[in-house]
Amino acid sequence: MSIVLQNVSYTYRNDGNSVTQALSDINLEIHKGEFLAIVGHTGSGKSTLIQLLNGLERATQGKVFFQGKDIYSKDFSIKELRSKVGMVFQYPENQLFEATVIKDVEFGPRNMGQDTLQMELNSFQALKDVGIGEELLDASVLALSGGQKRRVAIAGVLAMQPEFLVLDEPMAGLDPVGRREIFALLQKLHKERGITIVFVSHSMEDAAEYADRVVVMNQGKIVLDGPPRKIFCYEKELERIGLGVPQATRLVHRLAEQGAQIEKDCLTVEESAAAILNWLQG
Amino acid sequence: MKEAGRTKSGKGNMIESKDLVHEYSRRDEDGNITGIIRAIDGVDIQVKPGDFIAVLGANGSGKSTFAKHLNGLLFPTEGTLYIDGMDTSDSTNALFVRQTAGMVFQNPDNQIIANIVEEDVGFGPENMGVPTQEILKRVEESLKEVGMFEYRRHSPNRLSGGQKQRVAIAGIMAMRPKCIVLDEATAMLDPVGRKNVLGTVLRLNKKEKITIILITHYMEEVVQADYIYVMNKGKVALEGTPGEVFREEGKLEECRLTAPQITQLVRKLRKANIPIREDIFSEEELIRSLLLFKKNGR
Repeated sequence: MSIVLQNVSYTYRNDGNSVTQALSDINLEIHKGEFLAIVGHTGSGKSTLIQLLNGLERATQGKVFFQGKDIYSKDFSIKELRSKVGMVFQYPENQLFEATVIKDVEFGPRNMGQDTLQMELNSFQALKDVGIGEELLDASVLALSGGQKRRVAIAGVLAMQPEFLVLDEPMAGLDPVGRREIFALLQKLHKERGITIVFVSHSMEDAAEYADRVVVMNQGKIVLDGPPRKIFCYEKELERIGLGVPQATRLVHRLAEQGAQIEKDCLTVEESAAAILNWLQG
Repeated sequence: MKEAGRTKSGKGNMIESKDLVHEYSRRDEDGNITGIIRAIDGVDIQVKPGDFIAVLGANGSGKSTFAKHLNGLLFPTEGTLYIDGMDTSDSTNALFVRQTAGMVFQNPDNQIIANIVEEDVGFGPENMGVPTQEILKRVEESLKEVGMFEYRRHSPNRLSGGQKQRVAIAGIMAMRPKCIVLDEATAMLDPVGRKNVLGTVLRLNKKEKITIILITHYMEEVVQADYIYVMNKGKVALEGTPGEVFREEGKLEECRLTAPQITQLVRKLRKANIPIREDIFSEEELIRSLLLFKKNGR
């Protein structure tokens, strides 16, 4: 059970007829059960990459496999793929359009052809999963706060019962507590529902804290791929491509450079604080 | 320039709000008012000319509503707001208020209108009736100031988010405002874009003495501000220098804000009885303090 990108490239033509290569020769396997972060600065190709995962964009070269099947072959059902690989775009709350919360969530599963009872059950469960209470089911989407709207938008995708949930910058524009809430939700879906999470971000702090695997992109290529602990050893390389490591990690690296005998392998504030205390008291 | 409207006060402050209240009314389909939301609830703020002020707050805290008052996009429901001595609720002041306080918004794509960078930057002064030679001079200066001069003949839609925001700032600068308000102007940018925009803003403040009001929910961005107002539920919940504000861990948490990792580290180390100062905001300073402590044992 996985999504495989094999030698995938993606080019598009600009208005001036010049050609931009957004992705070049990408090889990537996303396994079921992963919590994967795709990081890169603006224009690195990360948003294009995720749009290949459910067939919204078609690779100009190479192949994409879903559960071993070539998604570009004639007998492959793209519709089924789209229901298995749910996509949450940037600022998804801008795409809410139905009059009430429940109607908006039901839109996706209804279009997929789920029967009425199934659709209602799934939509109800999805709203419950994202923490939207029953009292809001018939509320106007306009009456919700920003964070609530975003959760309703995610529920709309969840109601289609995807196995993979792909999110483009799910925390953009949210305040720190709102970010934590969204990530807590993703962790719950990952753990309790077994949904594979793929999220795009330019926050290395978020990648460090939540992901079990980080894919780093630059100029349309994957430049690093591995667990966060391993990725953040490459501080210089990350900085060269406009990223860097979390502040707390960098501080420990700097201390080590200044000659401190300190444990460098730190991902979070807690780990860095412990390493510094160890060094000071050692 | 014509004389601004009659109502003048504000004690020489660039911005002065007194008991400022803003209410939005919610209406049903027939236009009947069904509810009132108090987005700003009695805010007192004073900003001196040349200050770099930050307004921190979570989503829904009222900070963006406050920002829209600063250049007369919204008017007070109650209370008063003076911009450079002009009462914003006096409609004869509207034009002068907008020329005094320029706004940079969150989404770079919504505020660029021309097909060429330099035309976009010239749009504001052109509308103000600035003579052509003067416009050309201002466009060149502004673009150089934000580090985008080499892109002057580019199409804005080929630029990155951070570059677009810097073009938007140049467009504001070309109107020569005394004050620039940035309403979550970095929220959609990647780390490099954020750093460049913030660097530009800081330079404008120090070099050109332009008053800056930076509105954000990223605490990392406000460590260089002269003074910080923290908003929560329409009120100023906390105010002071960065040092004074950052130490209020509990209050910040109530306001749905999180301190930068360096501040969190400093707090943890101090709790473990490492004698470092609590107002350390930069990596360099923390490293220096730690190395010194390790060497001298204090």
